[in-house]
Amino acid sequence: MTSTIILSVLALSILGIILGLAIGLISKLFGVATDPKVDLVLELLPGANCGGCGKAGCADFARALVSGEASPGQCPVSSQEVMAQIAQVLGMALEAPDKKIAVVLCGGDIQQTKVKTLYNGVNDCISAMLVAGGPKSCAYGCLGMASCARACPFNAIEIINGLAVVHNELCVGCGVCVKTCPRNLIKLVPAEAKVHIYCSSPEKAALKMKVCNVPCIACRKCVKSGEEGQFTINGFRVEVNYDNYPGEDIVSKAGCPKNCLLTAAQHLEIERNEEAGEVVA
Amino acid sequence: MTQESLLNVLELTVGAMLVYNFVLSRFLGICPFLGVSRRLDTALGMSAAVVFVMTISSAITATIYNLGLKKTFLINGTEVNLLFLKVLIFIAVIAALVQIVEVLLQKFSPPLYKALGIYLPLITTNCAVLGAAMLNSVNDRGIWESTVFSFFSALGFGLALVLFSSLRERLDLSAVPRPFQGMAIALITAGILAMAFVGFSGLC
Repeated sequence: MTSTIILSVLALSILGIILGLAIGLISKLFGVATDPKVDLVLELLPGANCGGCGKAGCADFARALVSGEASPGQCPVSSQEVMAQIAQVLGMALEAPDKKIAVVLCGGDIQQTKVKTLYNGVNDCISAMLVAGGPKSCAYGCLGMASCARACPFNAIEIINGLAVVHNELCVGCGVCVKTCPRNLIKLVPAEAKVHIYCSSPEKAALKMKVCNVPCIACRKCVKSGEEGQFTINGFRVEVNYDNYPGEDIVSKAGCPKNCLLTAAQHLEIERNEEAGEVVA
Repeated sequence: MTQESLLNVLELTVGAMLVYNFVLSRFLGICPFLGVSRRLDTALGMSAAVVFVMTISSAITATIYNLGLKKTFLINGTEVNLLFLKVLIFIAVIAALVQIVEVLLQKFSPPLYKALGIYLPLITTNCAVLGAAMLNSVNDRGIWESTVFSFFSALGFGLALVLFSSLRERLDLSAVPRPFQGMAIALITAGILAMAFVGFSGLC
């Protein structure tokens, strides 16, 4: 009995020493020197591996940061404090980019936009686009099949009423959804810009009004009530100029006749109410 | 080749891969099976890493088992056998081995390290890798037999992982009822896949 105990203690100790020595020796002999900064930076990064910086995950980005190929501002997810910390580790000054968030520029939910056909294929916007441009009669509107919501690594997009809506407090602006949307409805905008025109259709007003209750008909009420340069007119629709965006008071001042000039909060509230079955004037 | 040795070879290859599939029949390595099966490319990377580590670690643990653990020593007139330390020794050896392999890969084969690097630490204490070593010792296999068995077991693991990840990629595009979305439908799919693999039983 005692000899069993002694032998097992001996065997395990020797095994431990041999393995420890082997690992130590090999990492000493063959170890590739990695910059300790890489680990420090990697610890500071969010670790979601969202790819918003364009690199294959946070580890890759950390290496690029340390080698000077990238700057901390390229991470769209990290907060300003984290970026400042990373810049400190790297010993460089931080240029502060504006935080961006995504917005789906369409207000055509299933109550507002007519459905032209019954689609019962694969429940995915990209697939639906392949079948005669999807079930909605507006060829430029949100398909509402949640391709963007599934792509979002932060669960910031919700499909309400057959319309994708971004939750601003969850969105970090990584831009994955922008690439996913087959209709290019999603745009990265400054987080401070609260007012959007929820329509992306370039068609003429008469055609838009046939298929949707809330299109931008380019009446220019908003352009006139805002300051110069806050809106740009792009063919048959008006766009918010996100380099010089208007404040929230523009919504009440302009009084958009089609209710497509809204703040993000109002837009979310309207969709919520419609989902609950209340008719909003 | 005699019939018996042919049966043995069949058991070590087809048996290890299909009939007693590590994931779907023995329920080992479920964690990576569910964790890295969301996309086909990560599943392929993980499978390659498992094949690599499982084959090497089994060769080494089988050597330790056959040359050391199996033997009974006579000390002061009492028989001493260290077989009860099997799990402890195997896991220590496998963990150390993965560390060493990682360092060596980084030095000598950067492309391979880049492909497998993020998966290697994940399999350090994977139960499938330990399971292969344990099954080899329980069945008292020799070094060669153990290595072949582990290689084909790992291939079976890879097969299950690749099949499952393809299914999950297809599932992502399907309209799944809300209560089943995500992991729930993945587990149900895994169950059906396991039932399909039961069809191989009795093959050898």
